[in-house]
Amino acid sequence: MSGRRARLALGAGLVGLVLATGAAAITLAGRPDASPQTAITIEIKYSHFNPSEITVPVGVPVTITLVNDDPIDHEWIIGDDAVQQKHRTGTELLHPVRPTEQVIPALSTRVTTITFDHPAQWKYICHLPGHEAYGMVGVAAILR
Amino acid sequence: MRRRLPAALLGAATALLLVAGPTLACGGLIGPNGAVNLLRTTTFAGYHDGVEHYVTAFQFQGGGGAFGSITPLPGVPSSVEKGGDWTLQRLIRETDPPRERVSFDFLGAAAAPSAEVIMQVRIDALDVTVLKGGGADVGQWAAQNGFRLPPDAPEVLDFYARRSPIFLAAVFDADAAKARGQDIGDGTSVHITIPTPNPWVPIRILSLGKTADARVDADVYLLTDHQPALLPTPTGSNGMNLDNSQQASQSLLDDLRSDRGMGWVPKDGWLTKIAIDAEAPQLSYDLAIDASGQGIPSWVQAGFEVPVQIQLVDQTTTIRALLAAILAIGLLILVLQLGRMAGPRATIQA
Repeated sequence: MSGRRARLALGAGLVGLVLATGAAAITLAGRPDASPQTAITIEIKYSHFNPSEITVPVGVPVTITLVNDDPIDHEWIIGDDAVQQKHRTGTELLHPVRPTEQVIPALSTRVTTITFDHPAQWKYICHLPGHEAYGMVGVAAILR
Repeated sequence: MRRRLPAALLGAATALLLVAGPTLACGGLIGPNGAVNLLRTTTFAGYHDGVEHYVTAFQFQGGGGAFGSITPLPGVPSSVEKGGDWTLQRLIRETDPPRERVSFDFLGAAAAPSAEVIMQVRIDALDVTVLKGGGADVGQWAAQNGFRLPPDAPEVLDFYARRSPIFLAAVFDADAAKARGQDIGDGTSVHITIPTPNPWVPIRILSLGKTADARVDADVYLLTDHQPALLPTPTGSNGMNLDNSQQASQSLLDDLRSDRGMGWVPKDGWLTKIAIDAEAPQLSYDLAIDASGQGIPSWVQAGFEVPVQIQLVDQTTTIRALLAAILAIGLLILVLQLGRMAGPRATIQA
């Protein structure tokens, strides 16, 4: 009796373990790494950023590689709402490249290094006409 | 190749819209001031003896600058020439009461690398280039010719290139048209002859660059030897209405046959008119046609299936499927094991 109970308990425990492991693995496979990273590659394909969520640390240089697989130009502009609004209503089609404001020509790669000086939740957006509305928006969590 | 502009043409067709130079582009039909003009377009696809005859018109809307469009084609055309003077108008008159129509498209630029240029033709104020290449190749070609594609263009170009890497780029120089004395509303029709096993009409391209709340209005006329089978079937709810489906009248066939380049029109034929009245996001498909009488239009040509040899594999989806399979197998083993442990007890109790 006790032996059977022990086997049933072991079996139930194994079921729970497998379920928990599987669920965790599936969840992790579908999400970007949530821990702050200092080297990130963002791919641009069909006018969308991938990943569209990144997590970066404060006070450390972060290298971001932007790979544009599209045959059209894109922008990657990271900043707070004021920065995004300025570009959203700006009249310049092209502007100087800064670490936080990159132009990635068609089928090319750009690398930028940024040191974020305070925690924040910023967005990165392509402000070429129609691109933001089409979904070229990402979120950057800047963590201490 | 330079010819005089014809009289006003109704309807215009087209496709992938590009705008030259630094003008800000959002897609649709883009005027020189950046405004988007959504107009009804009309195209004609006739099919006889294994050849598709695709007639569309590019119409001058006024303003200046150069405009461009790209039309996906089902195969390499054997010829691209000036279309007839009244084919589109005559078709409209056959099925619709007279009404005011305006439309057009345009294009504008010269040839360049990446995509293979397999044909170049000058028709009035239109520079027409037939390109062969993948979506990225054609996109590069457009960029190198000074065009700015809307953000959905990369995906839409790939959508077509997977099935047929042939595109027709037309460039319309509005300034040149004005200098030639062309009036607003005047158009240039283009007749594209394409040998192909079955006709096929690009529909998704009509929504290129349009916002989610924009509408697409277009008329597509088909002339086939038999009543065609269509995919998708026009139901109204899918943005396509079957406005006309009947044996073509002899007077229509005679009139069409008498137009320039339309001598191929058979003695008998079936006339179909499909009116497209859809929200732009609805148009995720093309119109596949089985004109053979067998009633089996192609799912691939309609854009519902990717050709087998180039199906894309999403890595995330693959990993998830693999993990789910491992999990399922693990569960199955455990259930069997538990069943085995419980089994002897039941036997003893019995």
